[in-house]
This record gives sequence, C-alpha cells and structure tokens, in this order.
Amino acid sequence: MLMRKLSNIYWLGMKELRSLSRDWVLLGLVIYSFSLAVIAQAQSNSQELHNASIAIVDEDHSELSRRIAQGFLPPYFKTPQYIDERDVDRLMNTGQYTFVIDIPPRFESDVLGGRKPTIQIIVDATAMIQAGIGSSYAEQIVAAETAKFVSRSEATPTPAVTLSLRIAFNPNVTTAWFTSVMGIISSVNMLAIILAGAAIVREREHGTMDHLLVMPVTPFEIAMSKIWANALVITIAVALSLFFVVQRLLHVPIAGSIPLFMVGVMIYLFFSTAIGIFLATIARTMPQLGLLYILVAVPLNLLSGANTPLESMPPFLRAVMQASPSTHFVAFAQGILYRGAGFDVVWPKFVAVGLIGGLFLLVALLRFRRVVALSGG
Amino acid sequence: MNATGGPAVACLEGVTHRYGTVAALDNLTIELPSGQMIGLIGPDGVGKSTLLALISGARQIQSGRVTVFDADMSSAVARRGICPRIAYMPQGLGKNLYPDLSVRENIEFFARLFGQARLEREARIANLLESTGLEPFADRPAQKLSGGMRQKLGLCCSLVHDPDLLLLDEPTTGVDPLSRRQFWELIGEMRSRRPGMSVAVATAYMDEAERFDWLVAMNAGKVLATGSPSDLKEKTAKGTIEEAFIELLPTEIKSGRHTLTIPPRSQIADDAVIVARDLTRRFGDFTAVDHVSFDIGRGEIFGFLGSNGCGKSTTMKMLTGLLPSNEGSATLFGDPIDANDMRSRMRVGYMSQAFSLYSELTVRQNLDLHARLFNLAPAAIKDRLAYLVDRFGLADYIDKLAEDLPLGIRQRLSLAVAVVHEPELLILDEPTSGVDPIARDGFWELLIELSRKNGVTIFVSTHFMNEAARCDRIALMNAGRVLATDTPENLMRARNAATLEDAFISYLEEAAPKRPKDHQPQFEIGSLSARAENATAEEVLESFSPRRMMAYTIREALELWRDPIRMSFALLGTAFLMLIFGFGITTDVNSLSFAVLDRDDSFESRAYLGELRGSAYFVEQPPLKDAADLQNRLKSGAVSATVEIPPGFGRDIRRGRPTEVAVWVDGAMPFRAETIRGYIQGAHQQFLSDPAIRGHVGLSRADAPENIEVRFRYNQDFDSIYAMVPSTIAMQLALIPAILMALAIVREKELGSITNLYVTPVTRLEFLIGKQIPYVAVAMINFLVLFLMALFIFNVPLKGSFLALLLGSLAYVTATTGYGMVISSFTRTQIAALFGTAIMTVLPATMFSGMMTPVSSITGFGAILGRLFPMTYYVPISVGTFTKGLSFFDLARHIGILALFIPCLTFLSLILLRKQET
Repeated sequence: MLMRKLSNIYWLGMKELRSLSRDWVLLGLVIYSFSLAVIAQAQSNSQELHNASIAIVDEDHSELSRRIAQGFLPPYFKTPQYIDERDVDRLMNTGQYTFVIDIPPRFESDVLGGRKPTIQIIVDATAMIQAGIGSSYAEQIVAAETAKFVSRSEATPTPAVTLSLRIAFNPNVTTAWFTSVMGIISSVNMLAIILAGAAIVREREHGTMDHLLVMPVTPFEIAMSKIWANALVITIAVALSLFFVVQRLLHVPIAGSIPLFMVGVMIYLFFSTAIGIFLATIARTMPQLGLLYILVAVPLNLLSGANTPLESMPPFLRAVMQASPSTHFVAFAQGILYRGAGFDVVWPKFVAVGLIGGLFLLVALLRFRRVVALSGG
Repeated sequence: MNATGGPAVACLEGVTHRYGTVAALDNLTIELPSGQMIGLIGPDGVGKSTLLALISGARQIQSGRVTVFDADMSSAVARRGICPRIAYMPQGLGKNLYPDLSVRENIEFFARLFGQARLEREARIANLLESTGLEPFADRPAQKLSGGMRQKLGLCCSLVHDPDLLLLDEPTTGVDPLSRRQFWELIGEMRSRRPGMSVAVATAYMDEAERFDWLVAMNAGKVLATGSPSDLKEKTAKGTIEEAFIELLPTEIKSGRHTLTIPPRSQIADDAVIVARDLTRRFGDFTAVDHVSFDIGRGEIFGFLGSNGCGKSTTMKMLTGLLPSNEGSATLFGDPIDANDMRSRMRVGYMSQAFSLYSELTVRQNLDLHARLFNLAPAAIKDRLAYLVDRFGLADYIDKLAEDLPLGIRQRLSLAVAVVHEPELLILDEPTSGVDPIARDGFWELLIELSRKNGVTIFVSTHFMNEAARCDRIALMNAGRVLATDTPENLMRARNAATLEDAFISYLEEAAPKRPKDHQPQFEIGSLSARAENATAEEVLESFSPRRMMAYTIREALELWRDPIRMSFALLGTAFLMLIFGFGITTDVNSLSFAVLDRDDSFESRAYLGELRGSAYFVEQPPLKDAADLQNRLKSGAVSATVEIPPGFGRDIRRGRPTEVAVWVDGAMPFRAETIRGYIQGAHQQFLSDPAIRGHVGLSRADAPENIEVRFRYNQDFDSIYAMVPSTIAMQLALIPAILMALAIVREKELGSITNLYVTPVTRLEFLIGKQIPYVAVAMINFLVLFLMALFIFNVPLKGSFLALLLGSLAYVTATTGYGMVISSFTRTQIAALFGTAIMTVLPATMFSGMMTPVSSITGFGAILGRLFPMTYYVPISVGTFTKGLSFFDLARHIGILALFIPCLTFLSLILLRKQET
C-alpha cells in the first residue's frame, strides 16, 4: 500500500515536471525571478548613500566654503551645485536636491574669529533612507573640513576616547550583498506559492482533475506530487541562482554553508507550496488565483523582515508575523548566508519553520481533500 | 460555380490560409450566390470556419482575394464601409455574447455598436425578443440560458442591425433537436420577411444540410462539390447527403470505411452494472439532474441522448463518484457508490466531455502515466501499451504531443487511456463531439468490439441521433429529466415516428408545452430600417462615435459590477494592501537590541553605556559573557550591536591616557547598519560632551569652531510614515488599475468576444477608451478610499492642495490603466497579462520611481526606465501635497507630464492592437 502510494506520487510528480517544462509563462517567470530580478535588486542602491543630489547656497565665497563643497565626493554625493537662496524652496519642493548646505555670510572669518557661526544642512526628510544616512555623513564632512581648515593641518587630533566601530559581515555596507540574497529569498517565497497553485488550477481548467479522481489516486497523493515536483524546481533554481548569479556574476561572498541553507529552503518549501495548494482550493480560474496570490504572497514577503527591519513594525504586526514561517525563513537565511551561522545557531528557526509549516501543510491537505472530493475538481 | 444565376454575394479567388504548416484553405476559389440559404458542409477542421471568418472580415487574408458585396476585404476602409451589412455568429454556443449580461443588455450592446439611437433600439429589441420568444427571459443573464436559447439570443444580436448577409458558424451544434428545429424555423421566417438576405451556415450535421438551397461540400481546405442538395445526391447516386458527402471524398479516405454493423448482444445477463434511483443534483437553485432512474445491464451499450446542459454530464459525474448526489441512490456493481473506494475505480474507465488528457505530454507518456497510476505491473505495462497502440492505431503518433493530434486521434487516445486497466465498465461523456463522420464510425467500431467481444458495459452520452440509434438502449434526456428509456426502435414505434429525431421531438413537445404561434406583429423592422440604414451609414463613416464607445463602457461596467472577485479585489484588495504596506514598509530604525561586555564596570563605563541605555532607539539585552558569546549572539541575529568596554577604561580616562571602545554592528541589512552607526557615533559624542567626563578627554564636538544645524524639512520628526503612505498610494494606483485593465482586454481575447471588435463598425479607439473609462472610475474610487485611510487610519494629514492631488490622481490612473492596456495588447492569456503587468509595474515602481531612492540619484538604465514610468511624476504630487504642503501651482508641471502620458499610451495601444485576427 505504501509502495503504491509512493509510486503514484512519484509518477504524478514526474508528469508535473513535464507539464511545467512546457508552460512558458511560468517557466519564464521562474527564470526571470532568479536571474534578472535578483540582478536588478542587487544593482539598486536603495540601502546605502549613493549619488545623493546636493546643492550649496554659498553666501560666504571663501576658501573654507569652497573646501566644504569639495568635501562632498562621489559615490556618496553628486558634485554639489551652487544655487541661489531664493531657489531653495522651489528646488527642494520638486525634489531636485535632497540636501542643501547653507553657508552664511562671513562664515570663514567667524570660524577663525571663534564666533561659532551656524551652518545649516537642510534635508528633504521625505527621502527617508537617503536623508537618514546622508544627514550624518554631511554633518561629518562639514565638521571634518572645518576642523582641518582651522588646524591648517591634514591630520585631525585624536581624542582620548576613540570609538572603534566595525560593521560585521559586510564591512563596506554594500547594498548588493544584502539585496541580491534577499532577492532570491523573495523569489522563493513568491514562486513556490504560484507554482503549486497554478499546477492545481491548470488541472482543473483542463479538466484533468476529474480524470485523476476517477483513477485509484487519492487527493493526498495528488497534492504531495505537486509539492515535491515544484519544490524540486525551486530548490534547483535557488542553487543555480546562488552559485551563478550571486557568487559569480555579482561577486557577493556567501559567509555560511550553502548546503545547510538548501536544507532550510527545502523545509520552508513545504510551507509555501502548501499555501499555493490552499489558495488553489479557493480560486476557480487562473486570473482569480493570480489576484488572490497578490493579496497573500505580497504581504507574506514584505512583512517577513527581508525588506524592512522587523523591529520597526508595530508590535501587533510583529507578533502576528512570528506565526509566519516566512519570518523565520528570512531570519535563518540571513544568519547562514551573511553571518556564517552554523546549524548550532539556526536550529531553533529550522524547528519553527518545520512545525508551523507542517501544521499548515496538514490544514491545506485536509482542505484540498474536502474541496476536491466534493466538487470534482 | 454560381448555380442560381443571381449576383454573387461573396467571391473568393485563390484563397490560401495556413495555421503554422497546416493549410486550412488550399487555393480555394468559390462564388456564393446571393439571396440563398447556403450550407458549408464537411467535418471539423476542413476550413469551414476559416472561410466564414475571412468573409466576415474577422480574419486577416493571407493570400488570395476576397470580395464581399463588391468590396475588397483586404482594405480596411472597404471593410468598414460594408461591415454594417454583415452579421457574423462565431462557432461555440454564444461565443461572442457576454455571459454576465442579461438577454436585453446583450442585444442593447450590439445595437449601440451599430449606432442605433434609443427609440429605434428599443423598438427593434422589443420586436426581436417577441419574435424569438425570448421576451419572458429578457432579464436573465446569458450564462443561465439553455443552449437553444443562447443561440436565439445570438441570432437577435446578429439581426439587430438588419444585415444583408448572415454568417452562422455551426449554430446548432450541441442544441437539442426541438430547439434546432425552432431555430431553423426562425431563420426561415426572417428570410421570408427580408427576402434579399443571404445566409451562409457552416454545419457538421449532414441531416440539416437537406434544407439548404445551395451546398458547398468541403474537405481538407478544398471544395469537393457545390450545388443544391438534390444535385449532390443525383451526382453521387446516393440517398442522403451524408452518404453523398462520403462518396465525394477522395478514394484513399473512403477506402478505410465500411458500413458499421452491430452484432446483437450474445447473451443478456440479468445482473445490472448500474442501478440509479431518483438521482438528483442541485447547484444552488438550479436542478441539474431531477429524479433520474435507470438500470444498465452487463455488456450493454446504453446511451444518454440530449442537448448540452441537460444533465448528462452531471449524472455521469455522480456515477463516477466525482459529484455527490443530493437525493436518490445509485449502485455500481451492486455496491453503493463510494468516492473513496479504490477497488471500484479499478473497474471503471471514464472519458470526460472535453479532451482531458495531458496535452503537454506525448501519446506514449500519457499511456505510460495512466498505466502506472492504475498500478499495472511494470513488466506488463510494455505489452499492454504495445497492444493498445496497435489496436487503436496510434503507432504513427506515439511520440507526438497530445495537443498536436487531430481531434479524431485524440479521441482514440482518450479511449485507449480509459481502457488501459481493462475496466468492466466504460463511462464516456460525449466522446465524439466535433469528430468527423468517418472518425466517428471508427470510434464506434472500437466501442462495439469492446462491448461484444470483451463484454465491457458501455454508458455513453451523445447529441448525435445516428449515434444514439446504435445503442442497445437509450434514455432521452431534457432539462435534467429522463423523458423515456427504451431501445431506439421501441421509442420510434411508441411515437409513430419515422426517425429517432422525430420521436425525440415528440417527447420534448410533450414535456414542454409548445410556445404559442400567434405572435402576430412580428418583423416590422422593414419600416424602421430605411431610416435606420441612413443613420447607420453616416455614423459608420464617423471616425469616433461616442455611442459606440459608450456601448463598451456600459458593458464593461456591468460586467465588472457583477464579478465579485474582481470587484472586491479592486476595492477591498487595495485597502488591505494599503494597511500592510503602510505599517510594514518602514525605514524607521528603532527598538534595536544591543548587548554590552563591560570589562571595566567603573563610573565612566556606566556613564558611557548610559548614553545608549537612555536612548529611545535601543533596547538592552542581557550582558555578554565573553568574546565567543558576542560572536554567537551577533550570528544568530539576537543582537544588532555589541559594545565592548576595555578593562581600565575609567582609570585611563581619568589619567588622560587614550582608550578605545569597540563596537560591532550587524551589517546584514545595510541601511540599518548605517543608521545604527549614526546613532552610536551620536551617543559617543554625547559622552565626550558630558561635563563629568569632558575635563579629562579634551577635544569633543562641543569645542568645534562652528555649529551645524541639521534641519529635517517637511517632516520634522523624520517619521517614515509621512513619506511611505503617500508613496504607497502611488504604488497601489500603479499596480491594481493596470492589472485590472490588462485582464479586461485579454479576457475578451481568451473568451472570444474580441470578435465583436473585428466585425462591427466599432473602431479600436472607441474600444480602448470605452473599456478604459470604467477602470479609471474604479481607480478613482480606490484613490478616495486610500486617501481617507491615509487621513484617518495612518493620521497623515494633507498639507497641500487637494485639487492638485485629485487632478494628478485622475491623470495618473488614466495613465496607469493605459499602461495595462499597452501590456494587454501583446499578451494572449490572462495569466500572462497578470504576471506581465505585475512584473513590469513592481520593478520600476519600487526601484526607479522615487519610492525608496530619490529620482535625482538614479542613473543609467534605471533612470531611463523611471522617466518612462508615470509613477515617477506622481510620487512628487502625492508626497508633495501630503507632506510637503505644496500648492497646485507647484505641481502643475508634473500633472501636465502625466496628462501627456495618456495620448502616448493610447496611441501605442492603438498600434499594437489589431482590428483583425491573424
């Protein structure tokens, strides 16, 4: 009996792989998600200060004001543009400049005379990430240039207490290190759901679900075959994408063990394919599945901590997301891939993903059995 | 070829039409006489539909010349001029109708397309409804009509503009015989009222052909013969059109055929394989199967005869266990039906209505998969497959994909799959629909052999009379009820009928009282039509008719309103996503966990740590034990930063000796790491400025020669919600309206109603704008919902001009729906449109439109993509009015650019959308 079940699951799964290999839309989606989408995310500079546009209102026209202007260098800042004070509002309103430095008249002589003049850094606070990181950079640049100018020496005196601040795992804070791998994780999340869901809706639309159900095949076997086949496709895509796109093409170092990560991916895939199956029991047609999918997959992915820090979400949302395996998946993925965490560190997350995912799989299977058996697909 | 001598209504010269490598029409030359009832006969796939589609102008001519009413159909101008004179009803029950619309709304839509004003429209519709007997059902949605009624509705929609040429593609396939007879009566009445009207009908029912004036017998893209039915019968010396047709076929096809003989059942066993008693199935308030009872004996061929939708399939599904019954009982092999009984499944083979094998697998893969699923021993599979391939004549197709097989071969494959496990009972649901007569005979030969030689019980449903006549016993079904069950001979005898069809009609008439014949004031359209034709001709020449555009607007709005999934997605979906995005996308960094390794534990070290502990951004975790603990806690992500104070920290400060605090920041998320770095540097400076410490450490920021004042403009608290909520509105209004719009157009392509764009006077511009208007309206409702959520749920006040936001949003959603329109013009399936739009929207929306990174910082390819995407110009409007407090004047330029997108996108869609099928 068990052999029979396994044989059915195996053969149905093989059929699934053949069908998928002829579905150009979905196949195109898989290839796009694990290549171009990852590269596009890696090349955005959304996570760091890059090319920030800056203007200077120079009412001083002194050596010091020139030096301050020269202190703003690429790649962090674009070359500063000089603008007139009365244009500040207009240019900031239209978003032409994120930063404007206002150097008051007699700034240099007031600095040298010890009168402590005030220099303004005006920040467009609607450009959140850039404004946040950039304002402290700008502050440091102005301070350093002024200090250098005052002491007329290139070396700044060291204070008695120094701060040795190092960024672990990503010393240069390169965006691509983070976004490329998070791109893969998002793709796993998004694709596993749609592949499994589409596999079932496709059978229903083609009328083959009826056909399966009059054969000695149980809904459980049908569901399991879809899970293993689609999970396999994604596992392979993840491995290829990590190896070729992330490591070779984008030159992002992977700190931890890729096999360990792949084990985690496989555990997670049971959960996300189960969601796909669950959605397919609600939707009747492909477009309906697509619309439902957007409503489920996008939040699941967005709130998992892969895009924005979990700590900053409202507490109730954070609590809710602890029940989602996607949150734990992102946590252990970051742990393994960036921080080089080993099994000893990430095993509680594996257990969490396995337990919650297993529970959901059970629910999805029960619902699938009920819906499929009742309505004949 | 013109046998009647009348002027030709349509001429085809040397027309060839290919689909891939298959020629549907092969150098065809023919003239269709006017004022006649013309029948195109021949099996499926011989080019009948292509011929009609070319005449109607729906399909683009590949080679050759087609002239209709002396107009050259390859010229778009000529087509526009004559299309009001042609009406085209494509194949498939109600394929160009709109299932969610009522009968009246469907006809109204077509009347508007032909530019009829309200009074004329209402008069015509009333007339058509009355003469077709659809009046009592005027408010019923088209999808709830029976097949016969749907065809009548199709006819109303075709006749609403008084065409001179009516093209009907298989109008009666799958319709019950009574409705069929009524349909032809109706056509006859219409023709007698409008004697000049020519009608061309494609049909696979040879018996229908007898009533036509002039026939075109077609095979493999060529004309075999033309002439009146009697001409053809005379020419071939055969008694029926069907036999005459077969006689006309080339010899190599004919030779495979011989008259089908059915040996009598050798012994009649008493035990029944299927016993059904009062089986009933309801779907909502609709009773699909109503107290159906019958017995099927072992080895018997038992037929279900009835129209589409009469309950045949539902009954069969209940017997296979696919559907539970609401009432009644049924037994299979003496046991009650149990959906989970694997043993009974092993004894039954089932072939469902539509072709339901895996079309993406080859013949061999399909057979192999089913053999394995029926658990045949691996050793036996090879032999069984070899036998089936040989017996069902599949050897030539063994490695072909099922989707590439001709229909007749597919049906043989389906049967082979259904018997792969040697079942005792076969349940076949309309196995031969759409198959040509010769292939059908071949199929029945197989069935007869299975029944008589192997003793397999066969339960088959059909809507072909001649197939039903081959069954041992048949049940006549209509509207969910069995009207009678007996042998075909007995049924005919009981009704004193010459044919089974007459007998069936007699039973049908008994079941449903005949509609009253006394509907006198019919077809007074003639008096209206003179006036109408003038108006129509003028309006066709108009390059843009608001009435035709409104026809699409009204129809689209009605359909959207009646589709709960799309409607709730449009309205509730955005509200839900707004909550998720608004709370979820935040760039605020707070509640950061940090842990300390204080190796000094002095007044100074506590003062240093106090700066962090006092900060609202940080939450302290239990202290670190040692360096290994530090590593572990960072690795597991338990802490985002660690602070290590060296031993002797306090002593060194007091003595003025240099000392160093070591901080590690988790760099997994770059912008968070940068922000933490800023916070810690700030805390460090604070410590240095502390009066208690300052005396010892010397230089600190407090001693700097200048003051640096950082002013966060527009958003003093630097709270990301004031930037994210307006950006999120921009993103939602980019994504959802574009998806809905793309689906709306591709849906017409998938369902076939796009034909109405091809064959009616509606222009592409009217079609596009007409369909866009409802989605712009829905998107504006969306905007208002999102706007109110921003104000009252997220407490983001509107500081600037509401007028600018409103106008900007209107221009923006018109542009984003236009974007969806462009994508839909080159995608074919709804799922491709959905994902295509999602990908092509989400990427530029999140990366290049100023949502996360200011547009001024984006360079290269991303910058170009961003400039071409409307959201780039809307984010400044949304953020500008909400958070920056800008006026209308400040944003006029952006609103202007968005408005410019509208004609550009519409123009692009116009170029990409075709007015003919290729």
